[in-house]
Amino acid sequence: MAADTTAHVAVSLLDQLPILQVLVPFVAAPLCVLVGNRRLAWPIAFAACTIAFAISIRLLFQVQDVGVISYHIGGWAPPWGIEYRIDMANAFVLLLVSGIGAIVLPYALKSVQAEIPARHHTLFYTAYLLCLSGLLGVVATGDAFNVFVFLEISSLSTYVLVSMGAQRDKRALTAAFDYLIMGTIGATFFVIGIGFLYAATGTLNMADIANIIAENGANRTIQTAFAFIIVGMGLKVAIYPLHLWLPNAYTYAPSAVTTLLAATATKVAIYVLLRFIFTVFEPGFDFAQNTLRYIFIPFAVLAMFAASFVAVFQTDFKRMLAYSSIAQIGYMLLGVGLLSTLGLSAAIVHLFNHGITKAALFMGVGALVLRGGSSFYKSIAGMGKTMPWTSFAIVIAGLSLIGIPGTAGFISKWLLVQAALELGLWWIALLVVASSLLAVIYVWKVVEVLYMQHPANPATKEAPLAMLIPLWIMAASTIYFGLNTDLTLSAATAAADSLFYGAGASE
Amino acid sequence: MDWDFIFGHLNYWLFTFVMMTGLYIVIAKGNLVKKIVGLNIFQTAVFIFYISLGKVAGGTAPIFPVDMEIDPDVIYSNPLPHVLILTAIVVGIATTSLALALIVRIAEEYDCIEEGQILVLETAAAQADNEEFGDAMGGRA
Repeated sequence: MAADTTAHVAVSLLDQLPILQVLVPFVAAPLCVLVGNRRLAWPIAFAACTIAFAISIRLLFQVQDVGVISYHIGGWAPPWGIEYRIDMANAFVLLLVSGIGAIVLPYALKSVQAEIPARHHTLFYTAYLLCLSGLLGVVATGDAFNVFVFLEISSLSTYVLVSMGAQRDKRALTAAFDYLIMGTIGATFFVIGIGFLYAATGTLNMADIANIIAENGANRTIQTAFAFIIVGMGLKVAIYPLHLWLPNAYTYAPSAVTTLLAATATKVAIYVLLRFIFTVFEPGFDFAQNTLRYIFIPFAVLAMFAASFVAVFQTDFKRMLAYSSIAQIGYMLLGVGLLSTLGLSAAIVHLFNHGITKAALFMGVGALVLRGGSSFYKSIAGMGKTMPWTSFAIVIAGLSLIGIPGTAGFISKWLLVQAALELGLWWIALLVVASSLLAVIYVWKVVEVLYMQHPANPATKEAPLAMLIPLWIMAASTIYFGLNTDLTLSAATAAADSLFYGAGASE
Repeated sequence: MDWDFIFGHLNYWLFTFVMMTGLYIVIAKGNLVKKIVGLNIFQTAVFIFYISLGKVAGGTAPIFPVDMEIDPDVIYSNPLPHVLILTAIVVGIATTSLALALIVRIAEEYDCIEEGQILVLETAAAQADNEEFGDAMGGRA
C-alpha cells in the first residue's frame, strides 16, 4: 500500500475532503477569537459545522462508491507520513459526530444565552469548535499517535466546556476538575500503550502496526500495549467501573454541552476502542479475545443493571439520563464482546441510535431547564401541559431509549438479542430484555412527572422555536431510523465488516 | 539473579518507578495543586519512557552534517520518539495550565482547594437540593 503514489496528488478540492473535515472547524475556532465579536462567533461556528456535516455526507457516499480513502498529509506516503484513512466504519462515525455538531448549534444559541455569561460566549463557541475538530480528527486519522493528539484537543476543550456550567452551579468546576484528572490519566495510559506498540513494531501507522502484528504474532510488549490502551480508552468511554467522572460532568455541564458530549464524545472513544481491538490488534489474538469475553461482557452486564438501578432512584432528570448513558454504553460493549460480525454491527448501530436518542433527550432537558429553572423532577412537574411540544419529543425519545418497536432503540436492541442468540447465549438475550424493563421504569417516571402531576408553574411558556426545531429533528430521526433501517443497518454491517476483515492487510 | 536484565533495563525501571510515584500522588493527596504536581510527574515518566526508546546504543544526535555528506558508519539515534514527546510536552503544559486555572476558579467559589473540605461543601449542597427537590420522589438527588 505504500507503493500507492497517486492517491495524494490533489486534483481538486474534493480530494482534500478527509483533511478538510477536520480542518474547517479547527480553523474556524481561532477565527472566532480573532474576529472577537460576540455576534459573529455563532454564525462562524454554525457555518463551519454545516460545512463539516456536508463533507461527512459526501465522504460517506465516496467511501460507498470507491472504497477506502487513503489521504497522505503533505504528500508523505504512509507508513512514514501521517495517513488519514476513511473506511466505512469511520465515515459512519464522522457522519454522526458532525451531524450532531451541526444540529446542536442552533439549539445552543438560546440555551447558551441563558446559561453562560455573555462575556464567555465567544470562547464557548471556540471551545465547541475545537472539541468538534478534535473528535473528528480522532475518527479520521489512521495514525496511532495522531489519535492521542486529537483526543487531547477534544478533551481539553471538553473540560473547559463542562466548567462553563459554573454560573448555574459551582459544582461544574469540581466536575470539570475530576474529569480533567481522570481524562488525563486515561490519555496518558493510552500514550504509554502507543509507546509500547511503537517499541514492538517500529511504526505508528495503524494499518502498518496491524500488518506487523499479523506477521510476527503478539509478544508480551504488545499485550502490555493492549492492556494500557484498553484501560486508557476505557476511562474515556466510561466503561462501568471507570465511569465515575461521567454523572457529575453531564449533570453540571451546560445543556448544549451535555447534548454534544453524550451524543459524540463517548461514542468516539468507543470507535477508537473498536478500531484498536479489531483493526490494530487482530481479534484472533487470544489475549484480546479473552479480555473481551471475560472482562468486557461481565462489566457490560453489570453496567446495564447497576447503572439502570441507580437511574431509577434519581430525582434529577439530567442525572438520571447520565446514569442511563452508562447503562447504554454497556449494551454497546456487550455487542463488541460477543466477537461476531452481527454483535459488532449491533454495537455500531446502537452507537448511532443511542447517539441521536440521547441528543434528543438532553435537548429536551435543556428546554425544560430554560423554562423551569432546574431539571429536578419537582421543577419540571406537569410540564406536559405547559410545554406540550418539548414534552412529547421527550416521550418519543424516551420510548426509543427503552427500545419500543418503531423507534431507533428497538433496532439496535433487536440486533443485540439476535447476535446473542446466534451464538447460543440465550441468557445474555434475556439480560438485555430484563435490563430494558429497568429503562421502562425510569422513563415512565419521567412521563408521570411530566403528564400526571400538577404544573409547578402554570404560566410556563413553550420553549423557543430555535430549540424546538433541533429537538424535533432529533426526535423525528429516532422514529425515522426505527422505521427505515437501510442507512444504519447497511452502513453498520459494512463498518463491522471493514473492522473485522479489512484489517489493513490489503488495499 | 539476572543482573544483565536488571541493569540493561534501568530506564524502564526508572520509568515505572516515577510513573507509579506520580499516580500515587494523584490518588493519595487531597490538595488539588499537589494532585496536579503528581499528574505532571506521571506524565514526565512517559516522556522518559519515550525518549529512552529512541536511544540507539552508540548512536549520536540525528543531525545531518553541514556539507550533507553522510558517513554510513555513523550510527544515529531515532529522532521520532523525541519529536512525538515534544507534542506530548505541549499537551502536558496545556493540561497543567487549564487545571491551575480551574483550581483558581474553584478557590474563588469554594474558598478552599482541599478535596476533603470541598466534599463537605458539596455534600451540604446535595442535601440542600434533597430538601428542596427530593420530596417529589422521596429519594436522594
